[in-house]
Amino acid sequence: MAATATPAPPARRRRTPRRPSDPAVAGRGRLLRWLPYLLVLPAVLMELLIHIVPMLIGIGMSFLRLTQFTIRNWTAAPFTGLDNYRVTLDFGGTAGAELLRSFGVTVAFTVIVVAASWAIGIFAGVLMQRPFRGRGFLRAFFLFPYALPAYAAVITWNFMLQRDNGLVNHVLVDQLGLFDERPFWLIGSNSFASLTVVAIWRLWPFAFLVIMAGLQSIPDDLYEAASIDGASIGRQFRAITMPMLRPINMVLVLVLFLWTFNDFNTAYVLFGNSVPAEAAVISVHIYQSSFVTWNFGLGSAMSVLLLLFLLLVSAAYLLFTSRRGRG
Amino acid sequence: MRMRILAAATAAGLLAAVSGCGGGTSEEEGQTLTYWATNQGTSLENDAEVLQPALDRFEEETGITVELEVIPWADILNRILAATTSGEGPDVLNIGNTWSASLQATGAFVPFDAETLEAIDGTGRFVESSLASTGAPGQDPTSVPLYGMSYGLFYNRAMFEEAGIEEPPATWEELIEVGQEITGDGRWGFTLEGAAYTDNAHQAFIMGEQHGAVPFNEDGTANFATPQQVAALQQYLDLMGEHGIVNPSNAEFSNGTQAVTEFAQGNAAMMIRQAGTMRALEEQGMTTEDYGVAPVPLPDPLPEGGRPITSMVAGINISVFNNSDNPEGALEFVRFMTSAQTQIELNSAYGTLPVVTDAADDPAFQTEQLAVFQETLLEYSAPMPQVPEESQYETLIGTAMAELFAQIASGEEVTEADIEAQLSAANEQLTVGG
Repeated sequence: MAATATPAPPARRRRTPRRPSDPAVAGRGRLLRWLPYLLVLPAVLMELLIHIVPMLIGIGMSFLRLTQFTIRNWTAAPFTGLDNYRVTLDFGGTAGAELLRSFGVTVAFTVIVVAASWAIGIFAGVLMQRPFRGRGFLRAFFLFPYALPAYAAVITWNFMLQRDNGLVNHVLVDQLGLFDERPFWLIGSNSFASLTVVAIWRLWPFAFLVIMAGLQSIPDDLYEAASIDGASIGRQFRAITMPMLRPINMVLVLVLFLWTFNDFNTAYVLFGNSVPAEAAVISVHIYQSSFVTWNFGLGSAMSVLLLLFLLLVSAAYLLFTSRRGRG
Repeated sequence: MRMRILAAATAAGLLAAVSGCGGGTSEEEGQTLTYWATNQGTSLENDAEVLQPALDRFEEETGITVELEVIPWADILNRILAATTSGEGPDVLNIGNTWSASLQATGAFVPFDAETLEAIDGTGRFVESSLASTGAPGQDPTSVPLYGMSYGLFYNRAMFEEAGIEEPPATWEELIEVGQEITGDGRWGFTLEGAAYTDNAHQAFIMGEQHGAVPFNEDGTANFATPQQVAALQQYLDLMGEHGIVNPSNAEFSNGTQAVTEFAQGNAAMMIRQAGTMRALEEQGMTTEDYGVAPVPLPDPLPEGGRPITSMVAGINISVFNNSDNPEGALEFVRFMTSAQTQIELNSAYGTLPVVTDAADDPAFQTEQLAVFQETLLEYSAPMPQVPEESQYETLIGTAMAELFAQIASGEEVTEADIEAQLSAANEQLTVGG
């Protein structure tokens, strides 16, 4: 930008030796200098409005006793300092103990879902790496779960997982005879497995999509050279595919982690209003803590803690991976 | 994404921004009202069909156009909270009458003081029991009754006849006996919605009344985990547990229609539901010849301190939003909706009970089944606790029961201690919340 503003044509310089004081040129220079900022301004404003301001409001809310008595007029809500945080972090009390349990459920859920989605994604991606008949169709076909609206997709799972009339039990019990008695999938301890499977089903196509894009950028020569050298397919995968995908994987895993940790829709749509404790992931738990007890201050405190946790994990992850990258 | 979760939690604020549901934002200020109706019919579309003729008549009479939005039950409370936060809500709206005191505490609705009541022709014309569920005692109510409902025991006549049962059960013991006689060969004595927290909470309250439980002390503090409440829940949970007359699958029923379908298909012989269920049964091919309605059973003898209550005062109330740009028009609409003619039209369409006395005698409401509901509402109903925390009480107790049903369905035994622990936890959550 600066480059365009400084070198003025010599002819012009001759006519106006004191160039900086020329209002026209100076004005143009100023405009050019500010133009980029002007261009990003709408985006910055929207970002502030849509993300930053609600986030700050949320942080503010976490210091208030915001209940049905004050929800109409927030300014009347009493300031409680760190009380909401104290209740949230008192793991001996009901609220704290349940948050801790929900946190545990979420960690387990996230680890399984991210690992499985990534593994399936890379497996399918590598299978689709070389052209073959029907590759285009299969690629599009695999993206279906990701392209479907969350509600439509998950509510279908809800029907399939019903105990008496669901397709899952029909296959497992009536056709395959794997169980004597029809298991429950939407309540009790199996609900965790149901939630995990549905979440993986929804998420892996995204991992597949990103990995597939990454695989396109690996030059074929590398594989050709490797096979001439007699490298097996497994060796090629370890020595070429994985290292070349490294930058993609780094971002992908982080994104998968954040999405899964915050996933609200899957659990909420799958189980409706009564999410079983075994499958109460943290976002659902926070929603319930805010809306069920109409205590928005407490819910906000939990959200702020969650935000801090995710920031920490993300920062640690980025630090770790970039160091390893340099090493 | 990090922001996303926080945004979800600041939902009150966000929803406020998102759901700008302009109250009176029409160009013809004062000539339009926005009305949020609850889902009373068999579908949201059905509600619109039922209500539209009445809204047209209102427009003819007053020149005020009513913009109708029917809101599903799953969303209504969140929508009301969002509207309360933002001040951008409808002019008039329906609420579940059990939430009266909870929503009254928000200050979002116009209080019906003497002058306001005059604008809707006073309270003298309303059914007394329905009026008992319009807000905390000693304060101006912030809603008036619109549709009356109560619980009754539905029973399948053919299944009863087949099992040689002549009379519907009047006591819990009889109900269990009858249920056990019918249960077998894929058929069950009784059906319920084990994961629907509102249903659960209502039953917890009704059984609690019968056992003498008092969920809130006089000073308004919660007192859920009493031996009476434990006994009440045990009685209801045992229908699936110890007595085995409820299909364990019912523990995952949550949408309010699954138990009705079980009953309509002849898979279960009895259920405890509200009057409006009759329309859903009709839709599924059951006529009033096929089923009877009896009062909900009582324990015999009534436990010490127990009350002969067989239903809570169920129903829908109507409120005027405080931020309405057209409060006079809104009150006019409330008066219209509670007038005898509209009451007869709408309540007979929904299968609910009129809440004004001059409509109650209409022949439309003198059928065998509705008479039972009406008598129950008038004589044997108690209002749910009229305290600000009522809404939380419903969700907490109802959810606790859903968990207990899930345990029973998975083959675990649920003891008194388990019930007490769940109730204590609910109690503690409310205390933290309040």
